[in-house]
Amino acid sequence: MLYKLSVKNIKKSFKDYAIYFFTLILGVAIFYVFNAIESQTVLLNVTSSTHEIIDLMVNMLSGVSVFVSFILGFLIIYASRFLMKRRNKEFGIYLTLGMSKGKISKILLCETFLIGILSLFVGLVIGVLASQFMSVLVANSFEADLTRFTFVFSSSAVLKTILYFGIMYLLVMIFNTVSVGRCKLIDLIYANKKSEEVNLKNPIVCILSFILAVVMLSYAYYQVTVGAPDLIGAADIFIPIILGCVSTFIIFWSLSGLILRIVISFKKIYYKGLNSFVLRQISSKVNTMVLSMTIICLMLFVTICVFSSSLSIKNSMTYNLTELVPVDIELSKTRNISFDYASQTGYSETLREDSYRSITESLELVDFNVQDYFKDITTVYTYVSDDFSFEDTLGDAEDEIKAEYPFFIYQAPEEIMTISDYNKVARLYGNQEYTLNDNEYMIIADFESTAQMRNIALKTKPSIQVFGVTLVPKYDECQDGFVRMSSNHINTGIIIVPDSVVSEDALESEIMLANYKASSKEGRQNIEDTLLDLVNHPNSSNIALSASTKISIYEASIGLGAMVTFIGLYLGIIFLISSAAILALKELSESTDNKERYGMIRKLGADEKMINRALFKQIAIFFSVPLILAIIHSIFGLEFCKYILMTFGDEKMTESITMTAIFLIIIYGGYFLITYFCSKNIIKEK
Amino acid sequence: MEEILKIDRIGKYYGNKSNLTKAIDDISFVVNKGEFVAIMGASGSGKTTLLNCISTIDKVTSGHIYVDGEDITKLKGNELNRFRREELGFIFQDFNLLDTLTGYENIALALSISNVPVKLMDKKIQDIASRLNIKHVLKKYPYQMSGGEKQRVASARAIITNPKLVLADEPTGALDSKSSRMLLESFNYLNTELKTTILMVTHDAFSASYASRVIFIKDGKIFNELIRGEKSRKEFFDEIIDVVTLLGGDLNDAL
Repeated sequence: MLYKLSVKNIKKSFKDYAIYFFTLILGVAIFYVFNAIESQTVLLNVTSSTHEIIDLMVNMLSGVSVFVSFILGFLIIYASRFLMKRRNKEFGIYLTLGMSKGKISKILLCETFLIGILSLFVGLVIGVLASQFMSVLVANSFEADLTRFTFVFSSSAVLKTILYFGIMYLLVMIFNTVSVGRCKLIDLIYANKKSEEVNLKNPIVCILSFILAVVMLSYAYYQVTVGAPDLIGAADIFIPIILGCVSTFIIFWSLSGLILRIVISFKKIYYKGLNSFVLRQISSKVNTMVLSMTIICLMLFVTICVFSSSLSIKNSMTYNLTELVPVDIELSKTRNISFDYASQTGYSETLREDSYRSITESLELVDFNVQDYFKDITTVYTYVSDDFSFEDTLGDAEDEIKAEYPFFIYQAPEEIMTISDYNKVARLYGNQEYTLNDNEYMIIADFESTAQMRNIALKTKPSIQVFGVTLVPKYDECQDGFVRMSSNHINTGIIIVPDSVVSEDALESEIMLANYKASSKEGRQNIEDTLLDLVNHPNSSNIALSASTKISIYEASIGLGAMVTFIGLYLGIIFLISSAAILALKELSESTDNKERYGMIRKLGADEKMINRALFKQIAIFFSVPLILAIIHSIFGLEFCKYILMTFGDEKMTESITMTAIFLIIIYGGYFLITYFCSKNIIKEK
Repeated sequence: MEEILKIDRIGKYYGNKSNLTKAIDDISFVVNKGEFVAIMGASGSGKTTLLNCISTIDKVTSGHIYVDGEDITKLKGNELNRFRREELGFIFQDFNLLDTLTGYENIALALSISNVPVKLMDKKIQDIASRLNIKHVLKKYPYQMSGGEKQRVASARAIITNPKLVLADEPTGALDSKSSRMLLESFNYLNTELKTTILMVTHDAFSASYASRVIFIKDGKIFNELIRGEKSRKEFFDEIIDVVTLLGGDLNDAL
């Protein structure tokens, strides 16, 4: 009997439940898809470095999943709370008929169970299907060849989904039981009769709190944009975040009272058509859900920021690469290791011997002839001097800098390169070349924070002592540039000196830059493979060389970019559907009240067109209020993201923001349209 | 006398051939301009169905209804909305005021739906409010008003657009006797001073005694008709009670 009642209840309120059900299914499906990525990547034909990144991604995704399940759990409990509120009268009738609260709890239990099972099942089916498309996307993102298409089914992801959602549904059941136990019969029966009380807030309090919120928000905005460089510790960032959250709440609170008052004073607008009705509807709704509006707004804000910065990280990573990885390979080798140094650091004698060979000679030992495989070969050298370290370049500013950056290691020896060597590199890379007089030096750096320290010092024109020669700086700030290839700007500084200054005894390392002698992608890959294969040569343990190649840097960057994109996508979708679903549910769960109201307006003779327009306006404003504030937040939030992601170089933000907008319009807009059409259907005259 | 409403042999049937319920069975009558007509009947007699048909909320199965010469049974879609907007005013038992709007805004809504310029609105609303003695509740919300005040605001909303016909469905049903009397006095005022034509459905003899004519309905048919003429309200009330007694127990139950 109870079971029958539950089934009938679900069927009856399906119109209200539909969007909730839909969101649950979506949640389950997305949860499965992102947790099933692991089993898809196993089949991919990728290099080991990419596999490491994929492992990292899988781990991160499962961490994010815990967070996601919190969000979804919140959504489910919130939704079931006001779906229950709508049924107060029904429960009241059960109670007056003599049904015990325990039995009502059982009905609810049964319903939650049914909905849970059904949504899990449908969601998993959709998830399994969707993850087939996902594998194409995964393969694409990691630039792997999807050699064969196989139907992937991840039983571990299925179990995980069932476990996580099972816990969520269990929580809902407990929650429902508790709230049924607490309710009073009189409130249940008269729940529908209570007409809405309209509490107009004190306008002065509203205006004052609005101003306060705007001031707080401006301060928070200021801190994350102009004041961003001063935000050093993690704790500092919490201040603008908390300020932002609190002021968002106050803004919604005060707006719900203010907007109405403002529009009422424009009589021509207020009393035109159904405007007065629409406005009152919205303001009463915003009034009753200030907190949810705040949460929705913040979730939208996080969605926009996470999504667009993850996309731009990906974009800028690949974008930086063309600039930072201009040639196919960089080989480097520590040269001329002294006997003392070797015994101190445990270099074997064979490797110490090897350090007196050039890169070309070492490679010949493993039967690799450089001329056969490489072109554009450029070989340069760096030098170090035992008595010349970072602190010796700071001049008069030494104390000031040490006070400001106390944890920096100042004793690290500086890398020195001759101007003609640097110009060789610059020519090869297409960077700017320089000239130096015999008594001048300059510093090449592109890592923002050390470049800043060096610039402070260079302002004081410090002269330096290298190999017994005194040099003065040519420029009063670091020049942009680099020698070693990497995916980011990480050149902390190379001291460039005139050729005559260096002493060959101080030779530290040899760097060989070259392109592969191949025109096709396959050709380059073949050379890369040949190089990797040198490890298996019997002589390989007798030489010490390090290499970074364009292909490996690209793979790592693309992998990282893909990882960030996937996590961004995952969080973004979950946040978006959660916030849109809360709005939609709120709107639809009030459809019965609205049905009466719109029915009355119809009796007053309003056209269907007029009514539909009013409904559209009402829902559109309701959906756009949190979005507008979220967008304003995001303008500043993204500035901050740009700032902290600076190491990734120049962002191409427009592209990622456009993508985010499209994504928002599809999901959020989709929920909006579904809500509108469902509401329209409900208020339709029978 | 000018005919405002002409009911011409209407019928309203529910169910199918084997199990046919005749809610209205061949009813005809005429309401003239400036009349205050009450329709009485027990619950289930078909009076609310009749009102719903006249107000175009429901459709008749057979027959025609003419309002000011226009056959409203032929209207469709937005024509119906226009008809309701321009020709009819509604007053319901449960007031049907929008709970989110103030008294003033509830009345104004009827005007703004008919696209009345804002400039003219205020004068009209103040005027009708002072006539119905509701000026003090214009700024209040429905939940802050008494039942009688709500019903008078609803009445103001019904007549502010100068409808040809005001339909009232058990307007005193949810009111105490004092509020009922005040509302009915207002109806009387609207009828005599403003020449509003009112058609009221009620099962309350006291309410009906304020009308100039009472039509009794039983089992979907007209059972009797009383005209007040020059009689006092008290005399007319007694006459109505006589008919009610004649109608039998079921109406007494409703009293």
